[in-house]
Amino acid sequence: MQTKVENNKAWFLVMPVFLIVAFSAIIPLMTVVNYSVQDIFDPYTRYFVGTEWFKQVMLDSRLHEALLRQFIYSFTILIIEVPLGICVALMMPTKGRGASLALILVAIPLLIPWNVVGTIWQIFGRADIGLFGAFMNGLGLDYNYSSNPTDAWLTVVLMDVWHWTPLIALLCYSGLRAIPEVYYQAARIDQASRWAVFRYIQLPKLANVLVIGMLLRFMDSFMIYTEPFVLTGGGPGSSTTFLSQSLVQQAIGQFDLGPAAAFSLVYFLIILLVCWVFYTTIMNMQKDK
Amino acid sequence: MAWMSWTLPTALFFMGIAVILVGMTTWQIISPCVERRGFLPLATTRGDRLFIGLLSSAFIHLAFVALTDVNIAVATVLCAFWMIILMRWG
Repeated sequence: MQTKVENNKAWFLVMPVFLIVAFSAIIPLMTVVNYSVQDIFDPYTRYFVGTEWFKQVMLDSRLHEALLRQFIYSFTILIIEVPLGICVALMMPTKGRGASLALILVAIPLLIPWNVVGTIWQIFGRADIGLFGAFMNGLGLDYNYSSNPTDAWLTVVLMDVWHWTPLIALLCYSGLRAIPEVYYQAARIDQASRWAVFRYIQLPKLANVLVIGMLLRFMDSFMIYTEPFVLTGGGPGSSTTFLSQSLVQQAIGQFDLGPAAAFSLVYFLIILLVCWVFYTTIMNMQKDK
Repeated sequence: MAWMSWTLPTALFFMGIAVILVGMTTWQIISPCVERRGFLPLATTRGDRLFIGLLSSAFIHLAFVALTDVNIAVATVLCAFWMIILMRWG
């Protein structure tokens, strides 16, 4: 019997990526861990404080509120963007010039820088000069995103949906294009309904791209900073202050590097946990099938 | 390296993580593991159990810090037992 020999030399090919990740992520993360247990005045003036910052961060009610807002925000945009992205992908033309044109139109919001998206919506939502604000007020609603928390939330969520649904749509579109024609032929022979084709052919085949799309959107939305900062500045009050904005206020605004580092690590662990739960659940659902 | 503001406890922590990773890699090369099901509700490899153990240990430490005034070393000892149980029967 021949024994299978494993050659691990290919791991060396991963070395460049490992080095880049080490410099861009691992070393900064190690520095943050070091900061989180010290009172930092500058890199050479610092005092060891143990777990004090972690206790302070874990018991800070403002951060609890920001965390709750962050979860509500991330799950709201996922609930809207994923089904909407699938619908857009299903409706996009598959052949001819229409397909190219649809791809370009759908991709446009993704090409706009985050701060510009915030500015666009800041103007778009204003009642005096913005179409959306004027439209809402035209409906008889007293819409004002800078003074009403509900309106601020509505605008921030709409802005994210406008900006990022195209990503889900494009991922789903590529997933749909990868389904072999024979599946549809078999469905036609069985006289399957449109819903049955979607439920038993398209949706299972989209599972992998949806996992990637949901993970990307969750992580991105959980770390969102620029767009709400430009649009609402976290207000009115602190109604749209999310975790990253609280973190920036603490780290750069107040220069509390120790507590901000502890906060970053808690933030990182939460993202890691939720992504792992998402990934494991979806991959196990696929295995069970 | 001074700009990284190292302290002895954090240096020991990262050395521990590095030793664990090197050890697990060596173990994997010597005796490749097979995915199996233990008391966890999912089939896991050795690496999966290590990840789950490290992540849960981080949260156990945070819970100890936030909710109790007990010395953090107690949490570390508890987590060491938890890691052994998870790696063996998880």
